[in-house]
Amino acid sequence: MGNTSSMLTQYDIEEVQQHCNHTFSQQEIVSLYQRFCQLDRNGCGFVPAEEFLSVPEFAVNPLSQRLLRMVDGLNFKEFVAFLSAFSPRAPLQHKIEFIFKVYDSDGNGKVTFSDMLDVLHDLTGQFVSEQQRKQVLTRVLEEAGYSKDSFLVLSDFVKILGNSDMKMEVEVPVD
Amino acid sequence: MDTPGNLKTSSSELDLDRPNIEDYLPSGSSIQEPIGKLRLRDLLDISPTLTEAAGAIVDDSFTRCFKSNPPEPWNWNVYLFPLWCCGVVIRYGILFPVRVLVLAIGWIIFLSSYIPVHLLLKGQDKLRKKIERSLVEVICMFFVASWTGVVKYHGPRPSRRPKQVFVANHTSMIDFIILEQMTPFAVIMQKHPGWVGLLQSTILESVGCIWFHRSEAKDREIVAKKLKDHVQGADNNPLLIFPEGTCVNNHYTVMFKKGAFELDSTVCPIAIKYNKIFVDAFWNSRKQSFTTHLLQLMTSWAVVCDVWYLEPQNLRPGETPIEFAERVRGIISARAGLKKVPWDGYLKYSRPSPKHRERKQQRFAESVLRSLEEK
Repeated sequence: MGNTSSMLTQYDIEEVQQHCNHTFSQQEIVSLYQRFCQLDRNGCGFVPAEEFLSVPEFAVNPLSQRLLRMVDGLNFKEFVAFLSAFSPRAPLQHKIEFIFKVYDSDGNGKVTFSDMLDVLHDLTGQFVSEQQRKQVLTRVLEEAGYSKDSFLVLSDFVKILGNSDMKMEVEVPVD
Repeated sequence: MDTPGNLKTSSSELDLDRPNIEDYLPSGSSIQEPIGKLRLRDLLDISPTLTEAAGAIVDDSFTRCFKSNPPEPWNWNVYLFPLWCCGVVIRYGILFPVRVLVLAIGWIIFLSSYIPVHLLLKGQDKLRKKIERSLVEVICMFFVASWTGVVKYHGPRPSRRPKQVFVANHTSMIDFIILEQMTPFAVIMQKHPGWVGLLQSTILESVGCIWFHRSEAKDREIVAKKLKDHVQGADNNPLLIFPEGTCVNNHYTVMFKKGAFELDSTVCPIAIKYNKIFVDAFWNSRKQSFTTHLLQLMTSWAVVCDVWYLEPQNLRPGETPIEFAERVRGIISARAGLKKVPWDGYLKYSRPSPKHRERKQQRFAESVLRSLEEK
């Protein structure tokens, strides 16, 4: 009887909303919860990496392995917080922080030359040689006033990406 | 069947089978191509790729195809609730036992005639085949009766003649039963475990059905050869293929495998559309066994469905089997009101090929390389 989404009470939804700084509406959270339950097929409270990879559109993404490390083992609340960077209501600062976290794989708050090289490797694969990648990266870094040995912190990212017209938005389907 | 645990990347040989996925997905070029000079910002801004990944996490067209959609609950108020309860009592207390009885009688009739016919008429192959064929039709009728199948058939009934193949969209194994009660088709199906498998290897074998294991690559060649031989035979039952290769929830159609379309024969499309008014006929094989699925159908009021036998199609000059398959899929999808998605249904059992990722990488790499040359 009734709808399965009623498993989330108003309190739960509000709690999740608070956790993600109200970047998603209540309706969207209900939708996300249904999606989460669909992906969490065994009902263990988190989505195993295996399940994310069974979504082909995700599996073919060049950055999927990197994102998988961030999203693996998240419970629903963390899952929503993870996705909140993609909400149209999220501030640009939040989106840039997210991008920074993708680069900063060891989570020490610094993005080094090799971090950037790794991401570039994911994006270009075998089509660009390691040598060429290094060359390009060194050049653009120098042009922007950095060097090969300097590491970038969050404020550098904000400075670099802050005034771009970045459109990092995902629409949550609400029925 | 492959267990979800041993997933593997589909081999490159299979890649040639598929239509281009990019043709279907919105906004083909996902990775932004920087205009003019490459700047640090362009390299660091990975937002398009991230957006795409997050979009796939939130919703994607592949898993939608295999989602069970429960019938809309209608017992929404206090007055209707007692009525709904009555319905439950009738369905489980009266209808279900009656249906079990009907099915049991069906099986008794079937087995008591099939076994003697099969054993005694060893010499007269033609006669034996004919009787066995009608017996299979009879048992399928009992099956359809056991879920009060209200099936409407549109269009001319299939005839038996060489060099024609029937293809249909696939929602559940009951598709086969519904089609079989009208015409004894020989079907190509995945080999199932349990009692279904037993039926497959004993009884259905006699209508000329061909079985294969999805996971065994070797089977592909053998089946392909068997298919070719089967279509040539004039007296063989018409061949029925579900080119999707897996059950889809009757809202979408996934890629048609090209096998059925390169047999050098006429392809007769069949569109099947279930009405979800009482029960969802989609067999979600990941969640339930076929027995549970049948029980679910037998405890519902009725299975309502439409079957359309559509205009036979031939390979047009200059058309590849893949294009032909896509054209037939278009015809079936349009008739049954299904949405087309580019995915290969086998992705339920394996990972997409790295080729698709590589295509995305290549696009980005080109822009990087271009900027390198500009220097």
